[in-house]
Amino acid sequence: MARAISYREAINEALAAEMARDESVIVMGEDNAGGAGGPGEDDAWGGVMGVTSGLYHRFPGRVLDTPLSESAFVGAAIGAATRGMRPVAELMFIDFLGVCFDQIFNQAAKFRYMFGGKAITPVTIRTMYGAGLNAAAQHSQALYPIFTHVPGLKVVLPSSPYEAKGLITQSIRDDDPVIFCEHKAMYESSGEVPEDSYTIPFGEANIVRDGEDVTIVALGRMVRVAEQAARELATGGIQAEVIDPRTTSPLDTETILESVESTGRLVLVDEASPRCNLATDISALVAKEAFGSLRAPVEMVTPPHTPVPFSDSLEGLYLPDEQRVVNAAKSVVEWER
Amino acid sequence: MDEAISRVVMPKWGLSMTTGKITTWLVSEGEEVADGDELAEVETDKIAGSLESNQPGLLRKVVAEAGTDVPVGATVALLAPAEVPDEEVQRAAEQAREELAAGEVAEVSGPETGSVEVDGRRIAHASLGAGDETIVLVHGYGGDKNSWLFVQEPLSERAAVHAVDLPGHGESTKDVGDGSLATLAGAVLGFLREKGIERAHLVGHSLGGAVVVEAAAQDPGRVASLTLLAPAGFGSGVNAEYLRGFAAAGSRRELRPHLKALFADPDQATRQLADDLMGFKRIDGVPEALNTLVGTLLDGDVQRLDVTGALGGVDVPVAVVWGREDAVLPVGNAAALGDRAVSYVDGAGHMVHMEQPTPVVEAVRGQLK
Repeated sequence: MARAISYREAINEALAAEMARDESVIVMGEDNAGGAGGPGEDDAWGGVMGVTSGLYHRFPGRVLDTPLSESAFVGAAIGAATRGMRPVAELMFIDFLGVCFDQIFNQAAKFRYMFGGKAITPVTIRTMYGAGLNAAAQHSQALYPIFTHVPGLKVVLPSSPYEAKGLITQSIRDDDPVIFCEHKAMYESSGEVPEDSYTIPFGEANIVRDGEDVTIVALGRMVRVAEQAARELATGGIQAEVIDPRTTSPLDTETILESVESTGRLVLVDEASPRCNLATDISALVAKEAFGSLRAPVEMVTPPHTPVPFSDSLEGLYLPDEQRVVNAAKSVVEWER
Repeated sequence: MDEAISRVVMPKWGLSMTTGKITTWLVSEGEEVADGDELAEVETDKIAGSLESNQPGLLRKVVAEAGTDVPVGATVALLAPAEVPDEEVQRAAEQAREELAAGEVAEVSGPETGSVEVDGRRIAHASLGAGDETIVLVHGYGGDKNSWLFVQEPLSERAAVHAVDLPGHGESTKDVGDGSLATLAGAVLGFLREKGIERAHLVGHSLGGAVVVEAAAQDPGRVASLTLLAPAGFGSGVNAEYLRGFAAAGSRRELRPHLKALFADPDQATRQLADDLMGFKRIDGVPEALNTLVGTLLDGDVQRLDVTGALGGVDVPVAVVWGREDAVLPVGNAAALGDRAVSYVDGAGHMVHMEQPTPVVEAVRGQLK
């Protein structure tokens, strides 16, 4: 039965279901238990945000509490994946990816290609991204474009509890390395989720809302911002089509292009820094493939090109919000040559 | 509000409907309407349908103009006899508009969902209404209990109406075992047993039609009547390409063209319908269930099922409804029903109960005491 559960519960439930279904699924990360080897083990924290809570005791020996060394445990997870396991490693904050670049970019992403398709690397790296919790410049970035840039990685941005469960299940069953980006400000958000296990395939965008006046493509948490903006726009008579690509690699270019061909107008909402992000990437795609359909310049709603501020009020100004999306959509709808 | 004034409210079609948009009013202020007359066209995020009057009366006031989105339960029009003064009606309309603006719309309780355990399988259902008589609605291949959205509500005025999910579908257990008609009919009979329903009017669409015939053959004492909508198991004609295409489709893009075969009006095969069905098809166990059931339904490119013999042995009233433009199970199959009366419905394809619910509701009502 479908019932409303949180984003955190949706991921936890899917991890438990996949661990029960497949013995090769293991979980690795920092603070999965309250201190490896020590008496605190019994206080299973389930990671810094409690996402893996309850799994440590339920699946003895299969939830590994790791030292504070991302390069070591991400590398170990990738190695285990090449030897038949399906590890789910939790890289606490996406901001820390810098210390395990080589394992992800040069090892995991390359094995299938460099071994002529004979090797698979079914590792899932769960990681938290995004601003909104005053976690300051080193714990608030939206670095998913960096992973999207690297061929051989699949990059997933769940925008709701329903997407989170179906996409993490697909990530674990997928034979390629997947970077699963959870927005840290969404864990408490709730939504309808079926109890049964299900998958959502990579590379199929969700059309969150149909509309004929303007296409809004938004990613991750920004999908909810775009949805609110679309509701606001509808009260003024502007019908926005909201598209959630769900995965940035592979990217469902077909759904985006079809929508822009029918609306002629495009607004992109991306929480990543404005240079070389998904907004610029999709904008270039549309400029090349759907130029003739465009009736107005493409608008991009992104943060400014600065580190994420710690100050609450500045962080609020930094993040794209509903009003900026509404303004951008109105500007493209009202645009005249 | 004057008791002589009655409200026409936005209905709740299915579990997920929260608002509906009146696209066109089919009746104008000052016109008389009969019970069951179509008042307006209503569009939801899933499907378009007609809002019917549940009583005769004079339409005095349209409260929600065409083009407006209103929540389920909100007053959209007022009926009142001619002797009620205009000012009274006007006051009632203003009150309704204020309630709407203030968000004070009465909750309309949709069907209640639940489940029972039958032969180790969970059988889910959505139930609405109460009464001496019980109606059980059984969907077709790939469908679920929500496909009765336009039929369950009007029927619930006079009976307890349960829409069930067959094994492999909706929120029931996805394992269909051998997928045989006997297994599926066993699930329906088990549902009746578990619910303590001694006798029920069974309504089956498509595969569900063959299932209810089989159920009646297995346990005739529990069946008060059969209403068969474009039933499988009669004649040999079938759109095998549709069945296989539905089972094989891996994306919204692949599925949507197949869905056009379900309706006389292909616009009914909405993107939302395709998304909802893909959400179902991606649940663990569903692809296997659908493939098994294709094997139950098809022998090469013709129907494997034949329930003509089973129906011949059943001694209860039988009504048959068939959409004239059915592109999945062609109307020609009705020849296998021999002398039985069939009501053919214009402007309806295979999903006759979604496209033209009124004749379906009438056929089932005709079975009640």
